[in-house]
Amino acid sequence: MKKFLAVLHARNMEFLRDRSALAWNLAMPFLLVFGLAFTFSGGNKDIYKIGVFGGMDRMLVVAPKLQSTQHLEFIPYDDLNKGIEKVKHHQMDMFIDVSGAPKYWVNSTSPNGYLLERIVWGTEGNQFARQAVEGAEIRYVDWFLPGILGMNMMFACLFGVGFVIVRYRKNGFLKRLKATPLGAFQFLFAQLISRLLLVMVITTIVYTGCNFFIKFNMQGSYWALLLVNTLGAMSLISIGMLIASRTASEEFAGGILNVMTWPMMLLSGSWFSLEGAATWVKNVAQLFPLTHMISATRAIMNEGATLSQIMPDVWILAAMSIIILGIGAYIFKWE
Amino acid sequence: MSAIITATNLVKQYPGVLAVDGINLSIPKGICFGLLGPNGAGKTTTIEILEGINLPTSGTVLYKGETLGVRYREEVGIQFQHTALQDFLTVRETLKFFERLYQQTMQVSEIIELCSLSDILGRDTRKLSGGQRQRLLLALALINDPELIFLDEPTTGLDPQARRNFWDLVKLVKSRNKTIVLTTHYMEEAYALCDEIAIMDKGRIVSRGTPTQLLTEHFGDVVLQIPNTDAGRKLGELGINAIETGEYMEIRTSHLHQTLQQLIEHNINLDQLRIRAWTLEDLFINVTGKKAAP
Repeated sequence: MKKFLAVLHARNMEFLRDRSALAWNLAMPFLLVFGLAFTFSGGNKDIYKIGVFGGMDRMLVVAPKLQSTQHLEFIPYDDLNKGIEKVKHHQMDMFIDVSGAPKYWVNSTSPNGYLLERIVWGTEGNQFARQAVEGAEIRYVDWFLPGILGMNMMFACLFGVGFVIVRYRKNGFLKRLKATPLGAFQFLFAQLISRLLLVMVITTIVYTGCNFFIKFNMQGSYWALLLVNTLGAMSLISIGMLIASRTASEEFAGGILNVMTWPMMLLSGSWFSLEGAATWVKNVAQLFPLTHMISATRAIMNEGATLSQIMPDVWILAAMSIIILGIGAYIFKWE
Repeated sequence: MSAIITATNLVKQYPGVLAVDGINLSIPKGICFGLLGPNGAGKTTTIEILEGINLPTSGTVLYKGETLGVRYREEVGIQFQHTALQDFLTVRETLKFFERLYQQTMQVSEIIELCSLSDILGRDTRKLSGGQRQRLLLALALINDPELIFLDEPTTGLDPQARRNFWDLVKLVKSRNKTIVLTTHYMEEAYALCDEIAIMDKGRIVSRGTPTQLLTEHFGDVVLQIPNTDAGRKLGELGINAIETGEYMEIRTSHLHQTLQQLIEHNINLDQLRIRAWTLEDLFINVTGKKAAP
C-alpha cells in the first residue's frame, strides 16, 4: 500500500505541476461543448425520423405511400416502450406500430410531430389510430453532451496514460523503478488510479461549469452517472496501459492509440446516433467501452434510467476494465 | 573474506552478438570492485545481470548464497548510467518517493547530509547540474541502506572537480563497510576507488586483480623519458632502444641502475630526465589494445 501511494502521489504531483497539460485538459472540453452547442442547438435536421415496430415488411404492406415519401427515415424497433420513450423526449418525431391495428405516437408539443401527422393523413388517410404523448424536449446539446464528455475522457485516458508510460520507459525511469521492490501491478494500478482521479475531477469541473451556462437535462441519479463514468474511464485507461505495456516508441504508441480512438469516436455514438446503422456496425460498436459509457450516460441523463436498467453496461465496463488491465499487467515490461 | 555476490559461467547471447561469454566472478564483501573495458566489451550487460535487471542466457548469480529474489531488491542499491526521474518533483520529494518503495531505509536526513544535498532540497530535479544530479542518484541508490551498491559509469560527463567530489563521496560510502561494484571508463577513477579490478574485452574477463598487482604483473619495468632534443636523438646512435613519443624519447627498462649508468657514460644530459610510472591506462591498452576513455 505504501508503495502504491508513493507512486500515486508522485504521478499526481507531476500532472498537477505540469501547468500547460493541466490547462489544456481543462480548456479543451469547455471549448468543444460551447462551440458545438451553439452550432447545433438549432437542430436543423433534413430528415424526419419515424420508428417502426412490427417489421419493415409489414410497414410496406400497411403504408406503402408513406414509406415511399422522400426525406423520411424509417428505423425498425424491437422494443415498443423504447420507441414511445424516444417520441416523449423529442428524440424521434413519430413512432408507428404495425404489429396489429396500425397506430402512431406523436408528441403533442413537437412541431415535427405535427407536420408528420399531416403527411400520414395525406398519404395513408385515417387508417392509423393517433396516440399522443407528452414530455420535455431533449435538446440536441443534451443528447450531445454525454458524447462530447465521453470522447474527451477517452482522449485523456488513452493518451494521458499511454504516452506517460511510454515516456517513462523511453527515458529509463521504468528501469530505475524495476531496480526497486515495486511490482508491475502496483505501478500500473497507481497510474490507473491517478489518471482516473484526475479525469473524474476534470470531467466534474467541466460538467458543472457547462451546466452553469447551458442547464443540462438530468433525469436520473448522479451516483449512477458517477459509477458508469468511473467504470468507463477505468476501462479506457486500461486500454491505454495495454497499448503502452511494451513499446518504448512514442510514434508507435501514438499510431496504435489513433487506430483505437478513431473507430471509437465514429462508432460509439459520441457524434451521431447509430440507430439507423447496419447491424454489423452496431455489433462492432458494442466492443468499445465508450459505446457502453455514452449509452448508459444518455439513458441516465435523458431518460432517467435507474441503476438496474443500465446494469448490463455496468457489468460490461467492469469486465472490460479487469480483463484489459490484467492482460496489460501480465505482458508489461519495465524496459 | 566471504563473497557477497558470485556469478558462475554467465553467458548472454543477443541475436548475432555474444555480449557475455562465460564470466565467473566472486566479489568479496566490503570492497570496491571495478569492472573496466572498452565500449562494447559487455560490462554494462554483465553489471545488469548482476543487478538482476537483465537475465542471463545461461549461468547463475547468487547473492549471499541465494538466487536473486525479493530480498535482493530490498538490499541492493543501483545507480544506472542513464536514468530519468519523475518530472516536476523536488529533490526532497524524489528522496521521499524512493524511501517509500522500501521496507528498511536510512533516515532521509542522514542521506541528505551524506550526499551533501541540503542546499538543493527544494530544487526541481530537472534543474540540477551534472554533479548535483549524480549526488542525488547516488543518494537514491543508498536510500535503502544497501549492503551492495552498483555504480554504472557514475562520473561520465562530469567536469574534473565534480568527478573528484564524487570520488570523495564514494570513499565515504565505502568507509561504511559497503560493497561497491563500479564500472568506469576512467582509469584514474578505478585507481582511486577500486580495491580490485577486472578488465573485460569481447565479453570475457581478460585480467583481474588489485591495481598494483596487475601493474606489476604486466609491467615489470619502468619508463625513462628524455626530452626529444639533440641529446635524446643521440640515443638511437648509441644503440639504446628508445621510442619517440612527441616531446620525449622513452626508454623501457627493467634494469634502471644499469641504464642510467649507460646514459651517463655517453654524456647524455639527464637534467630533464623523468621516470614515468605505468598506469591503468597503459594496462588497459596493453590487455585490450584500445584506448580507455571515450
